[in-house]
Amino acid sequence: MPGLLAGFAAVVRRDLHLAWRRPGDVLNPLFFFAIVSTLFPLAVGPDADQLALNGPGVLWVAALLAALLSLNSVFLNDHEDGTLDQLLLSPQPLPLLALAKSTAHWLVSGLPLVLVSPLVALSFQMPARATTVMMLTLALGTVSLSMLGAIGAGLTVGLNRGNALLSLLILPLAMPMLIFGARTVSLAAAGDAASAGIYFLGAYCVLALSLAPFATAAALRISNE
Amino acid sequence: MWTFLHKLASPPYFYKLAASMIPWLAVAGLVLVGYGTVAGLFFAPPDYQQKDAFRIIYVHVPAAYLSMLGYVVMATAAGIGLIWRMKLAHAVAASAAPLGAWFTFLALITGAIWGRPMWGTWWEWGDPRLTSELILLFLYFGYMALRAAIDDTTKADRASAVLALVGAVNVPIIHFSVEWWSSLHQGPTLIRAGGPAIAGPMLWPLLAMIFGFSLLFAALLLGRVRTEVLIRERRARWVRKLVYPEETA
Repeated sequence: MPGLLAGFAAVVRRDLHLAWRRPGDVLNPLFFFAIVSTLFPLAVGPDADQLALNGPGVLWVAALLAALLSLNSVFLNDHEDGTLDQLLLSPQPLPLLALAKSTAHWLVSGLPLVLVSPLVALSFQMPARATTVMMLTLALGTVSLSMLGAIGAGLTVGLNRGNALLSLLILPLAMPMLIFGARTVSLAAAGDAASAGIYFLGAYCVLALSLAPFATAAALRISNE
Repeated sequence: MWTFLHKLASPPYFYKLAASMIPWLAVAGLVLVGYGTVAGLFFAPPDYQQKDAFRIIYVHVPAAYLSMLGYVVMATAAGIGLIWRMKLAHAVAASAAPLGAWFTFLALITGAIWGRPMWGTWWEWGDPRLTSELILLFLYFGYMALRAAIDDTTKADRASAVLALVGAVNVPIIHFSVEWWSSLHQGPTLIRAGGPAIAGPMLWPLLAMIFGFSLLFAALLLGRVRTEVLIRERRARWVRKLVYPEETA
């Protein structure tokens, strides 16, 4: 039996391979993110001050929705081709494999978002210092979202009406992250101290990393009973 | 104690026990709510600042309290059901969700009605407790939607239980958000260091309302659980006996 780390790495590597073979799955949420953040200036007007004011919130909402978009498919393909059954049967602890799936999801969807966000922030007149804070909060936030989202994806994997339901399950849980994330970026943009929000998001992230995989594992077992 | 718990877990026993408890709870709850309503609306002195508008707390505070208690009941029952595979606990969780959602809705509505003359607005996004109450409502909706989406009752029970427990992590955040953010909302009045900051003639009707609402909540919950148990056990012999007494006699 391969060791724990080997099992973890194998799942992550497999998911990264799959993403590499189908780059559309990775790119679509990014385009979605860019388009949603384009919609806001078009809707509220091109006034630079107003955009600077709304920028952090818009970016966070767009990022949240974009990350959510890809959550539905975390376990879907694995469920359809039987990989999920193999994961459930494997001697490795299921929470560890769930953590690996979430990690791969973050690498494929969260990380690119974080990397692209400065470009969009630039168009919202965000100052450089706030942009760093934004990347940091987005990184912590998307990790938490990948972890939390995997629970929802696990719960809805067998149901054929996943997507809207998944949003209904996950978005309320994600709201504290959104509140702190967007507020912190706004504070940083106004030149205030941003550490409190970052600490909160960090704590939330640690909590999600340590607890969510167990809930995801339980959800997967229930969905595949 | 343990024998009692085992007996309680048996649906027919619970069905009978709940039937005998509901009238007591309902009558006591109605008496308390009646006293609280009369004393709160007519006899409590008007607030020196808010005048008579403060009187809505006699509905708002109990509703807000029960909206959170409802979630605690739901999550606890769901946890018990998930860990010990106790069917009755799942029935309790399923029955508590719509009730809790209703009280959350009531708290939001009464809060808005109070906020209009006091804050000059129906809804104030800057207030964390309003926002968290709304999030709580969405959590209830998510829970009920997940239940409704899964056809198999056992699966629905267990899946929604996981969701309830995950959501329960948010309930403390809701409660303590009062202290985390500066807000428009009044700080805690009842439970705080140094005793309640509310005068006796205003306090007693409020406490009566809170306990009265809780007793009514319990009565409604038991009633709903009874129905839920009947639906779930519809193929069981004791239910048939209950519905068609002449068939077995």
